[in-house]
This record gives sequence, C-alpha cells and structure tokens, in this order.
Amino acid sequence: MKRTPLYEVHKSLNAKFTEFGGWEMPLQYSSIVKEHLAVRSTAGLFDLSHMGEIDVKGEGANELVQKLCTNDVGRLVDGQVQYTLLCNETGGIVDDILVYRHTENDYTLVVNAANIDKDRRWVEKQNDTGAVIADDSENTTLIALQGPKSIDILKPFVPELDVSEISFFRFVVDEVSGIPTAISRTGYTGEIGFELYVNSDKAEDLWNSLYPAVLEAGGLPVGLGARDTLRLEAGLRLYGMDMDDDTTPFEAGLSRFVKLDNRDFIGKDALLAQKETGNLRKRLVGFQVLDRAVARCGYDVYQNGTVIGKVTSGAPSPSLKCPIGFASISIKTKKTIEIDIRGKLHPAKIVKVPFI
Amino acid sequence: MIPNNLKYNESHEWVRQEDDIATIGITDYAQSEIQDIVFVELPDVGTELTHKTEFGVIESVKAAFDLYSPVSGEVIEVNESLLDTPEQVNESPYDDGWFLKIRMTDPSELDTLFDAEQYQAHIEAEDA
Repeated sequence: MKRTPLYEVHKSLNAKFTEFGGWEMPLQYSSIVKEHLAVRSTAGLFDLSHMGEIDVKGEGANELVQKLCTNDVGRLVDGQVQYTLLCNETGGIVDDILVYRHTENDYTLVVNAANIDKDRRWVEKQNDTGAVIADDSENTTLIALQGPKSIDILKPFVPELDVSEISFFRFVVDEVSGIPTAISRTGYTGEIGFELYVNSDKAEDLWNSLYPAVLEAGGLPVGLGARDTLRLEAGLRLYGMDMDDDTTPFEAGLSRFVKLDNRDFIGKDALLAQKETGNLRKRLVGFQVLDRAVARCGYDVYQNGTVIGKVTSGAPSPSLKCPIGFASISIKTKKTIEIDIRGKLHPAKIVKVPFI
Repeated sequence: MIPNNLKYNESHEWVRQEDDIATIGITDYAQSEIQDIVFVELPDVGTELTHKTEFGVIESVKAAFDLYSPVSGEVIEVNESLLDTPEQVNESPYDDGWFLKIRMTDPSELDTLFDAEQYQAHIEAEDA
C-alpha cells in the first residue's frame, strides 16, 4: 500500500488507518462523528495526498481538455476551477474530476486516487493534439482545510493576500506560511473551505503550520470516515460507488455538468441520444430511512415487492441523526421505497439532495 | 478496567448474573473498537436466545457488527432507551448501555465464558 508524505504525522496523532484506492489513509483520529461535526461547526484539516494531479499543457492542451470533458472548459478563465466528468464513447463516466486552468494551454486535472493510472492512460490515448501530459501526483500533496472557520484560520498564514476574496471555484498561487501553495476555494464537504496543493517535500511543514491553528479554533484533523459522511450529506457523489464506467452523467444525476451545445467531446453522441430519448437505465436518488437502521452500499431497494435497484452509498448522517444515502433505481418514482437491511424491509423516503 | 464480577464471551459481550437472570451488554474494549454507535437492533421481549448465536446488531457510522448471546434463555427485558440514545453504549458500556435481561435456561453455560483475567488475555491476543 502507498503512504502519503504525511503518514508519520498521522501516526503521531494516533490515527486509525484504512485502505483506500491503494493507499494507507487515516480513517479517523478521534471519532468520525466528532470529526464530522467539527467540520460543520468550526474546521477540519484533511490529508488528501492520495488524489491525483495530471498536468496537461503546451500547444493543443486547450483542445484536448475540451475534447475530454463533458462540461464546457472553454468557459474557464485563468485561475478558475471546474467540476466535470470524463466520459467514454458510450457516455459512461471514466472519472469525475476538477479542471484547474492556469493559462489557456496549461491545465491540471485533479482525479480520484483509484483512477490515477486509468485517467492518465485515457488522457494519453485521446491526445492527438500534441499536448504534453505529466502525472504530477507523486510530487503533489493536497491538504484540505474545510469548515466555517477556515477563512479565519488561513488568513494569518497568507499575509500577501486576503484569502476571503478568493471566490468559490477560484484558485491563487501564493505562499502559505512561506510555502509556495496553490490555494483553491474548493472542497468535498459542503462547507466553506480551501484545498491547498503543495510540493510533497513541504507537506509536513504546511500541515504543522496549520494544525495548531485548527486546534486553537476548535477544529480537528479529519480522516476519510468523516470525509465520506460529509460528502454524502452535501449530496456529492463518490466515483466507484455512485457512478462508474457503466453510468452516464444523466444516470448519476449530474446533467448540469454536461454541456452539449456548440461543442464536441468524447461521449457526446451517446449522451445526446440518451437525452433525446430520455431512456435512462437507472437513476440516482437520495433517500432517508424512516427508522434508525443503516442502509449501506449494495443493499437491495424494493417497491411494491419488486427489486428496483441498489443502495450505492449509505451512512448514518451525523448532522441529521438518521440514515441517508444514494440509491440507483431502474424506475422513476418519488414514492416510498423499501430497503432490505439484513433480511427485513425498512421504509425510506426519496428526498432532495443535498441532504442538509 | 475490566470488571471482575462479570463473565465474557469471546465476541466481547459481557454477562452479569443475578440468580437465573443474566444482563447482557458489550465490553468497553468492544465499544472503543466499534466507536460512534448510532443504532442497536435488539430482539423483542419473549424471544428465545441460544448460547453463542446471533441475537442482534450494532451499527456504527462505518459498519454493522453482529451480537452473540453468551447464554441461552428468554428475553425478559430490553433496554428501550438505546433506541433514542444508542451512544450510551459508548459512554457507559457496563451500566446505562446494557442491552437485554435474559431468564437463563442453563446457567451452567456461564462456566464456558471467560472471567476478567481470561478476557484481558483474549483482547491482548486479538490486539497483537
């Protein structure tokens, strides 16, 4: 298993570890619920070094990125970030990623940990424009600071800039505590926050600068356990669970990240056809279990005695204090569903996401 | 600390005996491993439980864990307060966080369980 540059830091904080996407990552430091609630009320510090960074630059980079993405990357200006999907020819999702535009022909694609090699191969395979592709994941460490107090916490470390003026889905390259950092106003928690990209040899320095300030503000280090419940409450999908190569953006409820007009990209024909026929094989819905039994990934979903799909993500929501989740179902319905939890059917209602 | 006056199942349930009545819960070690308990599924009063067989489930944020009955007998009382405040199992595993009271059909089954010292050795072996 791969270890992040912050592995020793996590060990010294008595983290419990888990395997995720081939990485040995902190699952929790204190308690998933405490860490989750810290992010909702104050702040949390995350090591997300397992995420991948693929640089696409040089002549043809703009054209290649446009061809790969379902969202319209052409709308980006320098210093802007966009959530987009990479699709295959049949419209299935290869990955969901963030695109960072440095300049017109200089982009960074931030990809899911388990998909780094797959995405790099996919980008290389599609590269007929002469762009230069480089996997910079090993050299890049991603530390996230998330929560309502994250602006106040970060501010004193960035004297040259007012970090409160970085808009949502914008980034600035500056210094944090004297360390060159790409400061990005993005996150996967549903809270205000930053994702900080630094060179891996400075990862410990950056973590050690911010960590005491996070604790001081009442925040906590946060592991992947709470990262999962935070993203779920915020209605954010997780690749590999809520979507995969055999799920289109429409089937994952991500149609607003598909821009079909006046542009061409891989998978467009298939997506256009699916949009026109409205013929979805499955639909992703949010649900809330009506009692306290937890519906987890893989559990069967029923309606009127018939299996209509499966739970793709499920967990007890620490904020709502009830079990929530995503299910992928084969029919269009807003009526109550039932979920098979250990052989017993538990009623659940379909709800709007985000859950909070 | 592991209370001396209780008996222990290898699957980390404890039993407190008063005559033919056994009170059952999970140990402090078990709750600290499971963490963040959000739901406890228990059998109804009147259910017959069997020695070392599954009788319920604990759900944490991350996963579900099966519970195994340390003794056989009929459930005569269920700790209903766990329905609304399952976190009592984390906070007070040996007192407020108890699960069930059982009228034992064969109290000699208690002799097959660990005492405190044996249980201590058992968890040390599991941690090693």
